Amino acid sequence: MTTDAVVSTSAAEPTFLLGKLSWNALPHDPIVLATMVVVIIGGAGLFALVTRYKLWGYLWKEWFTTVDHKKIGIMYMILGLVMFLRGFADAIMMRLQQVMAFGGSEGYLDSHHYDQIFTAHGVIMIFFVAMPFITGLMNYVVPLQIGARDVSFPFLNNFSFWMTAAGAMLTMASLFVGEFAATGWLAYPPLSGISYSPSVGVDYYIWALQIAGVGTTLSGINLIVTILKMRAPGMGLMKMPIFTWTSLCANILIVASFPVLTAVLSLLTLDRYVGTNFFTNDFGGSSMMYVNLIWIWGHPEVYILILPLFGVFSEVTSTFSGKKLFGYTSMVYATVVITILSYVVWLHHFFTMGSGASVNSFFGITTMVISIPTGAKLFNWLFTMYRGRIRFELPMMWTVAFMLTFTIGGMTGVLLAVPPADFVLHNSLFLIAHFHNVIIGGVLFGIFAAINYWWPKAFGFKLNQFWGKVSFWCWVPGFWVAFAPLYVLGLMGVTRRMRVFDDPSLQIWFAIAAVGAFMIAAGIAAMLIQFAVSIWKREALAETTGDPWDGRTLEWATSSPPPAYNFAFTPRIHALDAWYDMKGAGVEHPADGYKDIHMPSNTGTGVILAAISTVCGFALVWHIWWLAGASFAALIVTAIAHTFNYKRDYYIPAAEVASTEAARIRQLASAGA
Amino acid sequence: MASRTIAAGSDAPVYYEIDEHPHPEGHSTMLGFWIYLMSDCLIFAILFACYAVLGGNFAAGPGPRDLFDLNLIALNTAMLLFSSITYGFAMIAMQGKNVRHTQMWLAVTGLFGAAFLAIEIYEFAHLIHIGATPQRSAFLSAFFTLVGTHGLHVTFGLIWLVTLIVQLGRHGLNPANQRRVACLSLFWHFLDVIWIGVFTFVYLMGMLT
Repeated sequence: MTTDAVVSTSAAEPTFLLGKLSWNALPHDPIVLATMVVVIIGGAGLFALVTRYKLWGYLWKEWFTTVDHKKIGIMYMILGLVMFLRGFADAIMMRLQQVMAFGGSEGYLDSHHYDQIFTAHGVIMIFFVAMPFITGLMNYVVPLQIGARDVSFPFLNNFSFWMTAAGAMLTMASLFVGEFAATGWLAYPPLSGISYSPSVGVDYYIWALQIAGVGTTLSGINLIVTILKMRAPGMGLMKMPIFTWTSLCANILIVASFPVLTAVLSLLTLDRYVGTNFFTNDFGGSSMMYVNLIWIWGHPEVYILILPLFGVFSEVTSTFSGKKLFGYTSMVYATVVITILSYVVWLHHFFTMGSGASVNSFFGITTMVISIPTGAKLFNWLFTMYRGRIRFELPMMWTVAFMLTFTIGGMTGVLLAVPPADFVLHNSLFLIAHFHNVIIGGVLFGIFAAINYWWPKAFGFKLNQFWGKVSFWCWVPGFWVAFAPLYVLGLMGVTRRMRVFDDPSLQIWFAIAAVGAFMIAAGIAAMLIQFAVSIWKREALAETTGDPWDGRTLEWATSSPPPAYNFAFTPRIHALDAWYDMKGAGVEHPADGYKDIHMPSNTGTGVILAAISTVCGFALVWHIWWLAGASFAALIVTAIAHTFNYKRDYYIPAAEVASTEAARIRQLASAGA
Repeated sequence: MASRTIAAGSDAPVYYEIDEHPHPEGHSTMLGFWIYLMSDCLIFAILFACYAVLGGNFAAGPGPRDLFDLNLIALNTAMLLFSSITYGFAMIAMQGKNVRHTQMWLAVTGLFGAAFLAIEIYEFAHLIHIGATPQRSAFLSAFFTLVGTHGLHVTFGLIWLVTLIVQLGRHGLNPANQRRVACLSLFWHFLDVIWIGVFTFVYLMGMLT
């Protein structure tokens, strides 16, 4: 039963029309079948509702084709949230399997299914949860923080989002049509090569990541140029808000590392599709080359994820302590140092490969060195809080939870950086506990802090506190209950990705971890309730000032939600914490003299290109060559046709700006009264 | 930039740009394109690294000295270098606001580019014909991928070039088209630089081993 999926999808003779695709590709497994039925019914219901309320036109005009960085940012966040639920479902399934599979029990998942689940969990959580979340945050916040009206390349921004969504769609499709990779989230060859993974799983993996990767790289370029070229007058680099700084560094990392992923996945593709010998066992191939290359991307990637959240924690700490950030300059330098160092540590992911003592020592030391700038950041946050008037609102609570959790995760990371220790701990659950410790404790807690912090800006009402606190108190202890046992198990020598266990004494630890996973599930449920309740009670939670937290940076200078053009007049910057400076100087916003505002026009090209890319990816996965060729040609033609459109902008008339601003001034006055 | 505040104190600092001048459209395109090129350069860096690591793994198959014909490669290189010079002439014609000449030099560039591609395809076909296929050894996998990726870039450059000639015919040298000609120029010269790397490290040094 473990192999029938492989046999069924690869044994059938390929046809011209459908390639390797046949009815056998549909799920046999009752769990997957049931999921598919639920998803189809749910999807049909959603489709019916949108049609019933005639929302397609609205969604297309206002959201799908938008080039407004704020709406694109929100769409990224929604994508991240949806995929987070999928990734978490995988996590719960693994926890259940591992707690059940003792004493001769096989659990409820066969090995082929289980291997796909842990692969999909990793891929989804990194590429389609964490990445959309941080890209969404940067998209929403950065232009506002630098006083810009949009990003440098608004169309590319829309296109990037849809390419990311297309990658996510392909990954989701693999659940119901065929299968996903069963190789682990980095698909090491030779296991991921054609001889050991003859089925479509790895191909789904490759094309999903390649399509999403185009989006990620382009959005990286876009945000770098935006930050470098579109800052408000007076905002020198050392007057940039710290979140913008960390975003700049994260995007530099994106542009300087994602092409490596593109290249290495292309080489794996050639091995699988053409029969080249880059990573094969014979004809001179070297799978160690793959491991090196993928981690040259992979290590910067973890800093891509964490750096923007370091920025979030800095903004939150400073705002809710009512003080300027302690050590702004050192914070900037620490960020830059981390950016550079992240390129010289990749080998610590495979000390056991046998590169020799000197090479391992070098990478062990560089790895430990990274903890110095990171430690400097922690001290800066602590000193910002010191003698501040701390308000323990939700964003601040998540920040404190981060500092406690992340510090411990960082310390176990330094343990792993010691090569001899790593020879013991490599590939064990200790490693799993470590990186969940920093990714959940750092990235995810940061996302939650950011959502609670910027939600009022994005939607004009605050989030419900009660359910937010319920979520917090389920999540943080839940995290520790779920992952502390993995540290213990890892120290006892339990390796990762195991499906069944012989030693009954281990079961209690997996049981505790499963309890933790369900506490986290409660935390996620509470968060969804928090969103629902807040939307329901949005009148009561309304935020009319534009500055609900007594903020310090420019995004709080405009209304909540901001108008399409962000700022009627571009602000001029005189200090770090520009909005705090303006409030201190008692600056009043001009009430007349508005001008026409030049804005980019919406376009459907991004959606269309991404849709064609999805088709092309699907065709390549299934070896439907005619469709792959046709869709690729369509891709080129559509892209060229887009370049023949020279009218890509319009003006918001001054009268419209005036009426929008007048409404805001009335709102402010009534809030003040 | 002229500006004033509503709080019209004479020496009070200015907090809003009242009399704002719009940025010229596409003022960040060149920077963005440069950054894109550097990301592309990274892809080539990886392919060069692969070639450096795997380039000696012949798997008992043919090596560079058995396969490369330097005369052919010299001709090929000449085609690409000429195309870069003629692109330079296109840029000069563009600065002289001469649409016809710009188009003509772009077309000449395209012809040289096509000649380069034709020679490369001939070389590949010959290698495959004598059994030196990409599947034969890791060395040949790395060779075909590195050189082929460059060739693929030239192909896309040619598609872009043709598109641009048509667009110049329709809209002349408006700011958008000038920007596009300049971007393609960067792209074209970038491919030239990459080729010099390929020529040196793959072909010349290959003949020395």
